[in-house]
Amino acid sequence: MIHKDLIIIGGGPSGLSAAKTALESGISVLILERSNHLGGQLVKQTHKFFGSKEQYAKTRGYDIAQKLLLDLKHFENLTIKTESTVVGLYSDNVVTVLSADKYERYQAKAIIVAAGASEKFLAFENNDLPGIYGAGAIQTLMNLYGVLPGKEAVMVGSGNIGLIVSYQLIQAGVKVKAIIEASSKIGGYKVHASKIARLGIPILTSTTIKKAIGETKLESIEIVLLDENWKEIEGTSKNIKVDTLCISVGLTPMHQLISMIGAEMKFVSELGGFVPIINEHHQTSINSVFICGDAIGIEEASSAMMEGYLTGLYVSKYLKHEHPEYEKETIKYEKQLSMLRDGPFGSKTKVGLQKLKEGNLHVES
Amino acid sequence: MLNRNGVPSLEQILSRFPKSASLTRPKAILECYEDIPCNPCETSCPFDAINIGSNINTQPKLDVEACTGCGICVTSCPGLAIIVAQIKGQEAIFKIPYEFIPYPNKDEIWHGLNRKGDVICDAKIEHVSLNKKQDHTMLVTVSVPVIHLHEFVTIRSKHE
Repeated sequence: MIHKDLIIIGGGPSGLSAAKTALESGISVLILERSNHLGGQLVKQTHKFFGSKEQYAKTRGYDIAQKLLLDLKHFENLTIKTESTVVGLYSDNVVTVLSADKYERYQAKAIIVAAGASEKFLAFENNDLPGIYGAGAIQTLMNLYGVLPGKEAVMVGSGNIGLIVSYQLIQAGVKVKAIIEASSKIGGYKVHASKIARLGIPILTSTTIKKAIGETKLESIEIVLLDENWKEIEGTSKNIKVDTLCISVGLTPMHQLISMIGAEMKFVSELGGFVPIINEHHQTSINSVFICGDAIGIEEASSAMMEGYLTGLYVSKYLKHEHPEYEKETIKYEKQLSMLRDGPFGSKTKVGLQKLKEGNLHVES
Repeated sequence: MLNRNGVPSLEQILSRFPKSASLTRPKAILECYEDIPCNPCETSCPFDAINIGSNINTQPKLDVEACTGCGICVTSCPGLAIIVAQIKGQEAIFKIPYEFIPYPNKDEIWHGLNRKGDVICDAKIEHVSLNKKQDHTMLVTVSVPVIHLHEFVTIRSKHE
């Protein structure tokens, strides 16, 4: 068994950021990443990011991934394993990993779960027809592999991901026929919505998908208007001919590993689903296990990075290997994070985190 | 309605235009109608003409006098929510961000679109620029009839 000070599960924005501040503290770090690349979802993000310069604002997502990796380049006590899926997490801090068909075991003094989130799906008739994708799959096809998913598409969901991926589909040459949204209001930033609207693509609120139609693959969809009680309005069904349907109806934190070790969990809808109860230092009820990024509540990558830097710092203190500029750095990133959550879009997260704190957890630090 | 279809109202649009007298020189039109955490327009402006302040969730305010209409904020805005407008006789001259291929070329005539995506006029491409700082967002200078000053927002190829 290989021993490290810190194992970080997940090489996305929050995991890489956590690695930076932990490594600066002189801690040895192992990053375990399931896929064959580092940077998580950032590598598929072709848009310029919001935020301020501390979150690399106006830099495109794939370039932010490169910046985060560059920050880690000169650390000798960093080990990175890609194509390594964590399959088990045990309370004695043993992590079991499937890597190139080999089963490996690692042990660390502390663990950061930065496993991110998974996409929610939608129940409707024929939702398994070829041609129906999650937004993440569309981005992987187009932005990682340069493969066009289809010719004519409809997007389900008007959150930031739905709006951004619609824009990317148009850039790739796909005819986006509409974005449909069950709620009466657009979910994402209006600047993203206006980018779509000015291209003549209708954003249809109070509208949902009723069924997908096709023999061997998607040929059309039936959409229907919803009233204020989310009930279908009879006689408003309409068919749209498409070969591609993209589902973007939200994300839910990856809770499986953290549930497995028996950390106290809570369902908090504002954070996206089941999340562990944590203290103000992102520490779960299992003292040596910390969590950051989308795994502890769905937010933008900007917030995930700030949480990552912070959690790396908190772990340095826990391991009695305090970061040389612990106070200064902690204050800086805590301030950044609270600022990112200060607007109307951050209020949901703030409510969720408040609910999480109301869990009766006692963590000894 | 912006919340329902992504199209701002005329009232919202007008609130971001300075007086026509100021538009004899090019000025930035900041179409950011929502408190989102973002400030690259402010930090990219070489003339300190855009103010957001310490809470980055605040909507940007333009110092009309200080703005030179250079267009740096146009390609810096992650939301592509800024254009530059100027009145020149019977024409309105705009600088807009553009991120689709094929890119427009100087002297071509493209469709001029409003904020709903309707074709409203012809738009003549006066100038294009795409340098490294713009990071793949082309800055396109176009002229349209001045009656479309508050309506025109982007272009579309006539060959689609």
